[in-house]
Amino acid sequence: MAYNCVVLVKQVPDTKRITGKAMNDDGTVNRAALPAIFNPEDLNALEMALDIKDRFGGTVTVITMGLPAAVTTLKDALYRGADEAILVTDARCAASDTLATSYILSCAVKRIKYDIVLCGRQAIDGDTAQVGPQLAEKLQVPQITYVEKPVEIKGRTITVQRNAGNGWQKVKAQLPVLLTVTSEANVPRVAAAKKMMKYKAAMTPAGVEQKIKAENSHASADEVKELAVQKCSEMDKKGLLIEQWNLDFLKADLTWCGRSGSPTKVHRIQSVVLASKETKSVEPTDEGLSGMIHELLEDKIIA
Amino acid sequence: MIDVNRQGEVWVFAEQHGGRLEDTPIELMSKGRHLADILGVQLSAVLLGDNVKALVAKLIHYGADKVYLAEHPLLEHYQANSYAKVFYDLIHKYKPQIVVYGATAVGRDLGPRIASATKAGLTADCTDLQIGDHKTTDGQTHKNLLFQIRPAFGGNIIATIINYDRWPQMATVREGVMVMATPDTKRKGQIITEKVQLSPQELPIEILEEHTRAKKVDLKAARIIVAGGAGLGSKENFRLIWDLANCLGGAPAATRAAIDLGFIDHDHQVGQTGTTVRPSLYIAVGISGAIQHQSGMSQSQKIVAINNDPQAPIFDVAHYKIVGDLNEVVPRMIKAIKEKGFKEAIESKS
Repeated sequence: MAYNCVVLVKQVPDTKRITGKAMNDDGTVNRAALPAIFNPEDLNALEMALDIKDRFGGTVTVITMGLPAAVTTLKDALYRGADEAILVTDARCAASDTLATSYILSCAVKRIKYDIVLCGRQAIDGDTAQVGPQLAEKLQVPQITYVEKPVEIKGRTITVQRNAGNGWQKVKAQLPVLLTVTSEANVPRVAAAKKMMKYKAAMTPAGVEQKIKAENSHASADEVKELAVQKCSEMDKKGLLIEQWNLDFLKADLTWCGRSGSPTKVHRIQSVVLASKETKSVEPTDEGLSGMIHELLEDKIIA
Repeated sequence: MIDVNRQGEVWVFAEQHGGRLEDTPIELMSKGRHLADILGVQLSAVLLGDNVKALVAKLIHYGADKVYLAEHPLLEHYQANSYAKVFYDLIHKYKPQIVVYGATAVGRDLGPRIASATKAGLTADCTDLQIGDHKTTDGQTHKNLLFQIRPAFGGNIIATIINYDRWPQMATVREGVMVMATPDTKRKGQIITEKVQLSPQELPIEILEEHTRAKKVDLKAARIIVAGGAGLGSKENFRLIWDLANCLGGAPAATRAAIDLGFIDHDHQVGQTGTTVRPSLYIAVGISGAIQHQSGMSQSQKIVAINNDPQAPIFDVAHYKIVGDLNEVVPRMIKAIKEKGFKEAIESKS
């Protein structure tokens, strides 16, 4: 029996590589100064989907919501073995919190036939782990969070080992389900050279149009459009067209998107200054260290 | 979603497993008590489970005015669907203004499911909660909102999140960041017993097996912590951390980098994605002091840092700064401790 998997991925700034330059003077984050990467645990979610496809057959569709630049993350997913990639992008998605994001993603996922929806446990820019469970609620499917081992599937029954915080659980559910996957679950495969060759040229319709515009600087807008339509249909035949969906296409209710769909708002952002109290320098010698230990004993810090 | 209502109570989700209350909801009771007092409303605990009535008294002793008790055989084991349904119904019936959950595996699974169903906001992993006013860009002032304070962006910024139009205001709060109050066994409170209607269809997950992993170490309870970072270089060399911890009667800990390198088990991790600690003494060895790590240990009473880079950010939070090669400093420190201990033991005898 084959299964259709949908994997939700996110392009994130690499918060591990944060330096002074990445912070603006007002304490906000300068996202442009940070490299954009494939959210690490989303790679584990993708690997889990690819593993299901390897073992049982089926398809792997990857969806991301983000700026047009997030197409690089989708291409990375194609290099690793995804069958199809969809970019959900729309200026009206901006300022979406987790609730609005999960609503928009649910509109996208509902357009696809799926058995299993997979998300990374959490994204490293927000670390909230909320979009997975919220999406499950919107899709009205059971959620199994913190999956830490490859899954077993028989017919329509899936068996999963999950991290339950103070231990682990083995649980069983009927498809469809939504899984959130942790970094312990697997080791993501790397990009395959053949697929990289194949999908290197993959693009969204907007990307195609931009390229044609650049290559035909004298063409009129209509001519560009016509050329783009032609090129897109060619690329689509070769499987190189990355789908691009906006909120109109998704028939999303705009009340629940972007700022208006986001109940949480930012009151204040502060950069972290963990100021020291008084720092005493201690010489790394026997005398220096012995003196420090003596002080710690005197202060009853150590008994 | 419910409307903004100033008389709404403050609620704490009283997470329990097998009839035993978790620590986090008890920690949250003291914070919840504080918030409710500022707002002049009642603090209530919401207790779901099967045969858990015995926990009501404890919740009241820790500060609850009321306990909503929802018992049902199908609530014996937590699962998102059934718990979210019961909780959702309670929110719509009683319209609390604030609901807080521990940011435990359960709280982080349940909170978002409820938030999505109620179409209300939820802020994850808060490290502090306060009450304050917010002025919007159009000049409107919203008074007495829940300030949901959390580190974001890998711990590099602290964001204060609010939620002024769609209530309840909800947050999950990190384990160990709120200080548990002393219970008052004379406190009286009210039990509100709720009728629960659930059918097996509302439990789509079947739990086949369950294993508790005993934590290899309880960092929250340790008075002395010796933590190692990537600077240790190898698992073999990480032995130095164990040795130093042993001679001080402390617990060994590590940064995420050291754990990713396989030097020690994940249970020992201090920092934003690990445990938040506040021991009397924290010794940081070969730790550069990324903000993610600092946020988990900067509240320690005394901090000793050993690093060969005099510019390492860890020194910004240290009380004792030792610049040197850890391979030489740590053995010397062990020697100094043993000598002191020995000398003082003799002095106290004589």
